[in-house]
Amino acid sequence: MPGGLDEAAVGQARTTASLPITISGVTKSYGAFRALDDVSLEVASGEFLTLLGPSGSGKTTLLMVLAGFVRPDCGSLLFGEREIVLMPPHKRDVGMVFQNYALFPHMTVAGNVAYPLKLRRLARGEIEERVRRALDLVQLGALGERRIDQLSGGQKQRVALARAIVFEPRILLMDEPLSALDKKLREQMQIELRHLHERLGMTTVYVTHDQREALTMSDRVAVIDRGRFIQIDRPRRLYERPRSRFVADFVGESSFLPVEVAGGEARLNGRTLRTAEPPGPERRQFLVVRPEKLDLVADQDGAGLNLLEGRVKEHVYQGESFLLYVTLGNDVEIAMRQPTRREVLERVPEAGEIIRLAIHPEDTILVPEEAA
Amino acid sequence: MTTAAAWAEVGGAVNAEALRMQAAAENRRVLALASPGLILIALVLFLPMGWLFFLSFTGDSGFTLEHYRRMAHPAYRKTFTTTFEISFIVTAACVALGYPLAYLMSQIAERARPFLLACVLLPFWTSLLVRTYAWLVLLQRRGVINDWLIDLGLIDEPLRIVHNMTGTVIGMTHIMLPFLVLPLYASMKAIDRDLMKAASNCGATPVQAFRQVFLPLSLPGLFAGVVLVFVLCLGFYVTPAVLGGGRVVMWAMQIESNVALYANWGAASALGVALLIVTLAILWGMTRLFRIDHHLGRS
Repeated sequence: MPGGLDEAAVGQARTTASLPITISGVTKSYGAFRALDDVSLEVASGEFLTLLGPSGSGKTTLLMVLAGFVRPDCGSLLFGEREIVLMPPHKRDVGMVFQNYALFPHMTVAGNVAYPLKLRRLARGEIEERVRRALDLVQLGALGERRIDQLSGGQKQRVALARAIVFEPRILLMDEPLSALDKKLREQMQIELRHLHERLGMTTVYVTHDQREALTMSDRVAVIDRGRFIQIDRPRRLYERPRSRFVADFVGESSFLPVEVAGGEARLNGRTLRTAEPPGPERRQFLVVRPEKLDLVADQDGAGLNLLEGRVKEHVYQGESFLLYVTLGNDVEIAMRQPTRREVLERVPEAGEIIRLAIHPEDTILVPEEAA
Repeated sequence: MTTAAAWAEVGGAVNAEALRMQAAAENRRVLALASPGLILIALVLFLPMGWLFFLSFTGDSGFTLEHYRRMAHPAYRKTFTTTFEISFIVTAACVALGYPLAYLMSQIAERARPFLLACVLLPFWTSLLVRTYAWLVLLQRRGVINDWLIDLGLIDEPLRIVHNMTGTVIGMTHIMLPFLVLPLYASMKAIDRDLMKAASNCGATPVQAFRQVFLPLSLPGLFAGVVLVFVLCLGFYVTPAVLGGGRVVMWAMQIESNVALYANWGAASALGVALLIVTLAILWGMTRLFRIDHHLGRS
């Protein structure tokens, strides 16, 4: 399948209208289980916001509340200035892409895309024109008469997208739309969806459990766990400055080393750490060790860096990079990742070797057990 | 010479003959497993049917079309129309009662499902004769239903709801209902619930979503049930015989009286053959008419 969106079609389909979303105090319980616990969030007009969390965290429940398929126990939802918490789903005028696409099997591709327009009683010519544009936009212009079961996973995904945007909704919701695709296609679609969003400009709420996808696509990422937001930040800040152990663990790979904090100083194994930001008030904190932030240093080097010493336990070659599992003095194991450039490969340590690892102070992040 | 080189020498056809024979032996074994069933079907289905067919053309003096000619007789024609009329009404009643029931079963919470399913299946597992006589008790002139209605002051005279068409239709509908509900329920349960959400998200009201998405997708199951019920009704005997009180004569009863009363095997056979042909024609016509599996996708 050719990559990239049809530029001309995008130009025609462009819509400037988008609405901000204001969620305040939304709670939803299933018996004793709190799926959403007093959740509040503002999504700016035209923003691409991702709800990221493990399964059962409440991210899909929140999306279903926005779409109107789950009735919250209490709370307020504003689309623009308008309260919509009591509005039935068919009146909300939001586009939605479902996880399993939810395409109508008894309609053709064009029939699926035309369905929202038929319900809005548009003239036949107008419907045909809009369907053609939407299908061109997702590069399925030639497949309008196909049956749904004749499509590949990637094509179904595009039809679902076309159906969600064809009526030019000002808000677009997506529930793990790429999870059924293989890795290559998924990464290609991430970029395409991102471009589509940039051009159509509708406010988008995207749900995923894939942290990499969240970082790739979003303006902001809201990390959610057990029905509460843990941290809401731009992707880079979320990854580089996680505010809790949960976020550091869920977004990216990390090992955690316990750190003693006293008198505004963080000490690891008796050595004072140089940190990016002054440590927080909690006594017990953790140093976040990201595998790719570690560097190998020779004995005499490493001035101004935080240093760790350890013994190489195992060495795993993964193609574009290799992983070293290193056992530190107190039997704690950490991982280190290095790209397989030639100069790196030439000095790969053997298992059993004692090595010195360095973390730059800017990458030295301390997190408490729970977010403040 | 290495083994690989030796294999290359024989031209890559190593073990080909042995593998082919193994495949053939496997096919023979599968056929052997199926053969008892095939033989049984041949003995108890095709042979008797051929015999019936032969009998239907046989009179006192050899070959005759008399048995078929006799079907033009008004009494026979009355039986045909009654049979079709009752089958049609019962099927329609089953659809009217069964569709909402199957819908409820398919949409209700997982916990409540076994209960509803039991409600459908329990009568299904009870003897046909028992259920038919139970209806007789309920429906008769001084039966439970008439007594209640009179006690409640809703009617003065007992209703005539048995020993006629009404009683037959009531009893047959009850007995046929599971045959409609079960295939319909199976097909409704297979409909992805997200489709209704998607329709609603596209802007469809609940009624529109049902009519434009759920209903079309449930049609294959509905037609399977309709065909099953209709065809079973055509050949139904026990219930109309008991609840019809002799006033309702269906096809199967005509066959029975030809054999039991008049010992006319030829006429009975001809009726049987005609019923079989009509049934096959209806099956064929319905499948032709509703080629739904064609424009239904499998996702």
